[in-house]
Amino acid sequence: MSDNTNNRRISYRAALHDGLREALQQDPRVFLLGEDVGRYGGTYAVSRGLLDEFGPERIRDTPLSELAFVGIGIGAALGGMRPIVEVMTVNFSLLALDQIINTAAIYHHMSGGQFSVPLVIRMSTGAGRQVAAQHSNSFEGWYAHIPGIKILAPATIEDARYILAAALADPDPVLLFEHAALYNVEGELPANETVDIKSAKVRRKGTDVTLITYGGSLPKALQAAEAMAQDNISAEVLDLRVLRPLDTEAIVASVRKCHRAVVIDEGWRSGSLSAEVMARIMEQAFFDLDAPVARVCAEEVPIPYARHLEEAALPQPEKIVAAVKALLGERA
Amino acid sequence: MIEFKLPSLGADMDEGTLLEWLVKPGDEVKKGQIVAIVDTSKAAVDVECWQEGTVAGLLVAPQQKVPVGTVLALLLEAGESAADADKYKCEMLAKFSELAQPAAVAPVVAAAPAPTAVPLKKSALAGRRLITPVARKRALELNLDLDIVTGSGPRGAVTLEDVEQAVTKLAQGAAAPNNKQADRQADRQAEMRKAIAAAMSRSKREIPHYYLAEPIPMARALAWLAQENIQRPMAERLLPAVLLLKAVAQALRKYPELNGFYRDGAFQQAVRVNPGVAVSLRQGGLLAPALLDADRKNLAMLMQELGNLVKRTRTGSLKSSELSEATITVTNLGDQGVESVFGVIYPPQVALVGFGRIIDKAWVEGGQVKVQPIVVASLAADHRVSDGHRGALFLAELREQLQQPEALEKISDTNQESEPP
Repeated sequence: MSDNTNNRRISYRAALHDGLREALQQDPRVFLLGEDVGRYGGTYAVSRGLLDEFGPERIRDTPLSELAFVGIGIGAALGGMRPIVEVMTVNFSLLALDQIINTAAIYHHMSGGQFSVPLVIRMSTGAGRQVAAQHSNSFEGWYAHIPGIKILAPATIEDARYILAAALADPDPVLLFEHAALYNVEGELPANETVDIKSAKVRRKGTDVTLITYGGSLPKALQAAEAMAQDNISAEVLDLRVLRPLDTEAIVASVRKCHRAVVIDEGWRSGSLSAEVMARIMEQAFFDLDAPVARVCAEEVPIPYARHLEEAALPQPEKIVAAVKALLGERA
Repeated sequence: MIEFKLPSLGADMDEGTLLEWLVKPGDEVKKGQIVAIVDTSKAAVDVECWQEGTVAGLLVAPQQKVPVGTVLALLLEAGESAADADKYKCEMLAKFSELAQPAAVAPVVAAAPAPTAVPLKKSALAGRRLITPVARKRALELNLDLDIVTGSGPRGAVTLEDVEQAVTKLAQGAAAPNNKQADRQADRQAEMRKAIAAAMSRSKREIPHYYLAEPIPMARALAWLAQENIQRPMAERLLPAVLLLKAVAQALRKYPELNGFYRDGAFQQAVRVNPGVAVSLRQGGLLAPALLDADRKNLAMLMQELGNLVKRTRTGSLKSSELSEATITVTNLGDQGVESVFGVIYPPQVALVGFGRIIDKAWVEGGQVKVQPIVVASLAADHRVSDGHRGALFLAELREQLQQPEALEKISDTNQESEPP
């Protein structure tokens, strides 16, 4: 970590903005396109002010046609540019699935390695803001199923600020999922930091149980760990950061140390990313387990609009604490 | 082939240590015969076998601690031979061969020659015991017999911490062998406290108790008793406690919803009336062994059995049926001088009747105040099974029974089939 005296407190939104601005400043091949990214400043105000600074050639508003503008991004990447496509939310990315999966993800393979697609697609994800079932999905776990693309889930100010540079440096398509509940979160930004896009990170050290999570569930896991510390339960919190390829080594190392694990995933339980994490633990750390691996996921319903129902449907710190205590038997 | 398994001798028992075999391979076993002595956390208990056969093999050696349900011995049914037993055992082994870990297994008592000497994991016989993978791995590294490890994890699984603690305990035990006897005594007391704590916590956690109490005039009963006792030799004199027990047993026949067990979300009414009599132990703790078929015995028989039961409870030679078949508990704290007692139901039973001290009180009867001996009878009952209305009727019936002491002397003549144990 860098010198704390250089630290400053900013929001997740501002960190993303600064990362975007830096990328546009440093590489003339970089440009941003998407719905409302220019005049409106981005639905989540991440690109506010960038149109004035970089002009309409590099900050391009698009019509409401995800399939088309993701395709444009792929074409531009193939042509030597470094496009950043903002698909407003993961919910709308379903309209661009064919371009993402059938083109971007497999072009390198289909061309026998002749072409790479250095494309970055940003989108918001997740629930918790009372925007109802059609705007509250968490499909990053789905995307993590697809070979040929990298899936990132920045959950900290540090990652929000620096992960874009690493994504742009990658020769293959990278999907960046920004949890919508994180935009207003503020924190200290360590200066001059670089981050990789291959490792999971321990965000809190512990010895009794590993809480494995990412994105919008990270603050909840940290909150649960804090609460459990009062009960003398020492929880380690592992932030996956990169959902594809998964940092299995980091997962296994932490589970070997703590012998228990709870996976927290805002996606639905069945066939989820949490299922994949659990499977890897079973494959590689079975003999180090001191309890079955548990998970806390979204309830398997369309995310409700009503606040109390929405809260009940999502992973919450209390649910995480309960899951951990169930693993501890008489000790809890 | 008959599997003789370690029975549960009470809701708080999940394992027991085999102390002694009273049979050997080749012995014929009759129904109800005492075949082994087992140490529960509370007492050494004579365990009866309720099936008939010839002992083919003893699968658990003395001093081994095994969970309830473990096959302790195999018995041949009529027409079966020792070869059948070997075959049966091999099948059991094959089914669980992956669990047999030679390094960590204590030797077993072999019935017939070679093949039976194969180590039999008790988990293989009793259904898998829960041991977490890392605990199993660590136990293997330490060459620790997992049979001696008590599980504290989810669903009672043996965890890594349990293994480490067991090893530490073993190491301490080896370092101070001279204290072993004293430790065992202290352990026994601690274990019993733990067992009572577990049963009572479960009771208060799971059973919605309701409580009722009723003062019962005892003038008639005591007068009748005094009269009776004049005719009896000293050794056969009746105590009021016996009258109270018999009255409870009679009243239960009329209100059977207080006599039985609540298991798996449903009430199972018991056919027999076996009140468990709470007996406090000198070293602390208590047991409530059953006075079997109290409704079908006359007062003299009950008196004799009660004396015998209390004595054997305190010397630690109870039969397994007495520990496992109580259908209700009766507690009498009269000797301690309290006026009334409100008990905690012993799960899975559904009621507990308490008696206080018989005290002379001012009692109004027919508009007159007179002094009369009174005992407060209380009922703690499970609201999932019965309601206060029925509980109240039960106490009223108990009161009426005690107004006709001469009727209590009779043996109930109803021809109920006794339930096979």
